[in-house]
Amino acid sequence: MNILRIIEQLSEVDADVLGRFDSRRTVFKTLGNTAKMGALAAAPAFVASLFQKAYGQTTSTSVIDVLNYALTLELLEEDFYKKMVAAGQVPAGAPQGAINLILKHESAHVKLLTDTVTALKGTPKTGVKFKSSAFPADYATQLAYAQALEDTGVRAYKGQAGNLIGAMAGTTSLLQVALQIHSVEARHAAHIRTMRMQAPWIPAADSNLPAPLGPVYTGATREDNVMQAGVDVTKLGAGYSANDAAAAFDEILTMAEVTDSSRAGGLIQ
Amino acid sequence: MSNITKSGGDDAEFAKPLYTPIKRRSFFMYAGATAGATALLLSGCDDDDNNNSMDPGTVSLGSGDVGVLNYAYALEQLEAAFYAQVKATPAADFSAVEKDYFTQVAAHEAIHRDFFKAAINRDAPGKIIQDLTPVFTGVDFTKRASVLATAKTFEDLGVAAYNGAGKYLKTAAYLVVAGKIVSVEARHAAYVRDLIANGSFADDSIIDAATGLDKAMEPVDVISAAQPFIQQKIDASSVGK
Repeated sequence: MNILRIIEQLSEVDADVLGRFDSRRTVFKTLGNTAKMGALAAAPAFVASLFQKAYGQTTSTSVIDVLNYALTLELLEEDFYKKMVAAGQVPAGAPQGAINLILKHESAHVKLLTDTVTALKGTPKTGVKFKSSAFPADYATQLAYAQALEDTGVRAYKGQAGNLIGAMAGTTSLLQVALQIHSVEARHAAHIRTMRMQAPWIPAADSNLPAPLGPVYTGATREDNVMQAGVDVTKLGAGYSANDAAAAFDEILTMAEVTDSSRAGGLIQ
Repeated sequence: MSNITKSGGDDAEFAKPLYTPIKRRSFFMYAGATAGATALLLSGCDDDDNNNSMDPGTVSLGSGDVGVLNYAYALEQLEAAFYAQVKATPAADFSAVEKDYFTQVAAHEAIHRDFFKAAINRDAPGKIIQDLTPVFTGVDFTKRASVLATAKTFEDLGVAAYNGAGKYLKTAAYLVVAGKIVSVEARHAAYVRDLIANGSFADDSIIDAATGLDKAMEPVDVISAAQPFIQQKIDASSVGK
């Protein structure tokens, strides 16, 4: 257990490592006390708690809030697909197979997130329903809403990844679990889009569609964005079209944007 | 790299060099003040961070955030090379729509490759890995089935790779960019899978039926799976460490 070397190595990749600790003075005072008391056995536990503090919750949004936010969206999706199955308009064969598979995943995500929030001693969100008055009567529009929900899910998970850096439950990285759900939502979105004869990825033009789809692709960073981390993607290599540059990256939506009444927030009962 | 514009605002974090020497001095100041106490903690340490000598032909992806970026860059190089070939010599039995879509996928992957190259050269000068040489001898680019089978392997592997490596990134801005890319890889994976068998975009062979989770793989396992397609020997053992 060499705390100094660990911190030094961390400082190589994270210049702000010392700034993450409550106060450097406190840290080393505590370290000193720990050593003086001869409680060396306690040192690993102390170091673990130190790093949990530094990296466990680096933002004001708590991990449980993020999980409950994800759970809200999963509950909304689950209820939407239940309503879709109940409406009985999904054609038999491949379409029914796809909708049933997606519903199965959303239910599994609901259970996983509910169990995780419970395990972390939080109160899991329950009772989120898709607004009955907004549920479309025809199959084609139901699919359009499904696309809106799936592409929103992709953008919403992406927007919260930073809040889960370092978050652990037991030995499980919550960030990894969120990523593992996130890519499933992207697979769903791709399939629903092809069911609607759309490209599986998001072309730049989608940012200008009418509701319910258009608002899903707008926000502070629109899906037709071509700037990534200060790099103009269209100018890379020999040059790329604005549409390819936009489609090669999915963008984030913030929590406020997702829960806005023009997006998922407006679809909750 | 005159085509790279320096960023501000939201991207300021990303623009920060990975290896910033600041704060070391103040750190050792505090370290010195408690040297007596910490000596006890130090006594149990071992010096095991000397690099083991490797085969001269081995490409090490490196450690820390830049190791993860190089890891992604290696995979994107492989995918970009594959789809460039698919685009250049499309299978005779591809439909017009499929040809069009694979041209778009080729552009996405080339963009990912070029983006990582630009970002690594900007943020970690001198740390980027060399250009890799793809080995596609097992792929019959004239046959749709062979191309799709290989594409499925690459896309599912790419998704699992990003899902497993995200936790090793310490810089939030890098994680966000990786997240922006992985969902596009997942869209590719779903598209390719549906071309092979409609409805297999997220079937039980790839998504855990009980948890609804996509695969996540560790860097060494991903590189081991990708190694047959790359001429250079790749060492991913220090990625994220």
